[in-house]
Amino acid sequence: MSATVADVVAARVPERSWRSEARAVKTVCHRDLIRFVGNRAQIMMWLIQPLLFLFVLGSGLQSLSAASTGGVDLKTFIFPGVLCITVVFSAMLSAASLVWDRELGFLRELTIAPVSRTSILLGKCLGGATIAATQGVVVLALAGLVGVPYDPVLVLGAVGLLLLLSFTVTSFGLLVAVQIKQAQTFTAVMQLFVIPMYFVSGALYPVSGLPTWLGVLNRLDPLTYAVDPMRRLVFNHITISDEARRRLDPGVTWFGWHLPAGLEVAMVLVLGLAVLGVAVWKFARTE
Amino acid sequence: MSPSPPAIEVTDLVKSYGDVEAVRGVSFTVPRGEVFGFLGPNGAGKSTTINMLCTLARPTSGAARVGGFDVAGQRDDVRRHIGLDFQDPTLDGHLTAEQNLRVHAELYGIDRAVIGERMRQMLEMVELWDRRDRPVMTFSGGMRRRLEIARGLLHSPRVLFLDEPTIGLDPQTRASIWSYIRALQETEGTTIFMTTHYMDEAELCDRIAIMDRGEIVVLDTPEALKAGVGSDRVVLGTADDAAALVALRERFGIDATVAEGAVTFHVEAGEAFVPRLFAELDVAITSVAVSRPTLDDVFLRHTGSTIRDAETAGAGDQNRLMMRALAGSRR
Repeated sequence: MSATVADVVAARVPERSWRSEARAVKTVCHRDLIRFVGNRAQIMMWLIQPLLFLFVLGSGLQSLSAASTGGVDLKTFIFPGVLCITVVFSAMLSAASLVWDRELGFLRELTIAPVSRTSILLGKCLGGATIAATQGVVVLALAGLVGVPYDPVLVLGAVGLLLLLSFTVTSFGLLVAVQIKQAQTFTAVMQLFVIPMYFVSGALYPVSGLPTWLGVLNRLDPLTYAVDPMRRLVFNHITISDEARRRLDPGVTWFGWHLPAGLEVAMVLVLGLAVLGVAVWKFARTE
Repeated sequence: MSPSPPAIEVTDLVKSYGDVEAVRGVSFTVPRGEVFGFLGPNGAGKSTTINMLCTLARPTSGAARVGGFDVAGQRDDVRRHIGLDFQDPTLDGHLTAEQNLRVHAELYGIDRAVIGERMRQMLEMVELWDRRDRPVMTFSGGMRRRLEIARGLLHSPRVLFLDEPTIGLDPQTRASIWSYIRALQETEGTTIFMTTHYMDEAELCDRIAIMDRGEIVVLDTPEALKAGVGSDRVVLGTADDAAALVALRERFGIDATVAEGAVTFHVEAGEAFVPRLFAELDVAITSVAVSRPTLDDVFLRHTGSTIRDAETAGAGDQNRLMMRALAGSRR
């Protein structure tokens, strides 16, 4: 026994304060980041999907679509949508870590600590959103390969949108995670809601001239309002004919009214805050 | 508040779930620095009581103060001053031992200037300092258990709750965990509140409470409890246990029970009684053992079952199989 009565260092746990809560948020977030960085296999796995979409699907369908895209490479067209998918799946997966924390017992270590549940969930949200946005940025770095220029305005705007979408989707994932008890349920939610939402969002096709049922679903899908500003941003920085622009980037309309990008962004933000609020409330009550 | 409140002070604590009273008015006090053993069959209300003391469950009525703070009204203060070590693991296997401790230190808001040194001391105590950079998933069950104990102590809690701290561990690891427990008591005056199903471990506690059916049936030092049983224990192997029970009652007026597959009863001056038994009992005896009272007898007397039977009988208990294996190997 190396420690004797004289030289043992005692620790003191201070009373709860804003400072200790902030430290808890940071710690929970930091831990998720450590785990992410340590898990290289997972990082690679989640980069494969966007690459498949971009280069396999994009290249494969190019010959079919060349006529209708007005000379625009299909890879360029789906690039904004692929940025969004990367973030959506990564954010959901990061949020699922809450379910794993519960299943593997670590959540107990968090919930028994003298910090509020709100701080724990905020930390999870911050960590998940950071991881998701980081993966989005990695895909954004491929812009040059698909004919999208590295324009500073484009890059900054895209990073901003990626952060926003990461935050909202992570919050949604956390809301799901606090309500379910098993990891399998989370997979089911992905299959039943998230993948359909992604397909409906118009990430892979223009949102004008859709069949009525799909058009309605598309306008109801929150993801639509993240994909659309991302596409506008990208299309603002590539040179294409006006006609191709009209066809490929028609913008989202409500009964003929074009939604401004600012409003779309605000909608995604408010949705994210609302969903996070409910998640925090549920977490504080149930856990 | 008095200058040095008891570590734990429980008054008429009750917890009901609907119509079921899991804990029915429990009262006891644990002074600072004591190693307190909390025993009882499954479903006796032990876990519910511990959960209330740890602020994980709210008492239906009654009061409990832990580390000088009220578990209902001062939840955060209680949490700041307790360490928890549950049976189910709560470590992050993907993090290293050191990272796990650091997360804990940050969550508890420990002064950064002391974290490093405190961490080193705790890891050295549980002999994991050399392995601090290894991911916890590479650790054996015993190493994880030791790490959990180190983590539970990191923030210098006034009371450390240990739920079956040595279950499933090899004797060597169990012994070293006990040496940590004693070291803690000496260096930091930490109060230990522990549950165990090992009677030899219960012996090591300063005092023991046995809980049964929601109430504390007895609370005293191991020595006093054993002295209270008084008589010797006789364990008989017979050709017909049921007939032996009847014969013992009719001829000797002894109420015996069948526990762990043998007829067991208590009698004064056991050695002198055995010859009478052979002469007068008309059921064939295959084996006989006489022993001084142990905590097992105390447990049997107060709860009606041996501690291992009590454990293995608990339906749905996750450790049932493990305990059965252990009980089997120890016979």
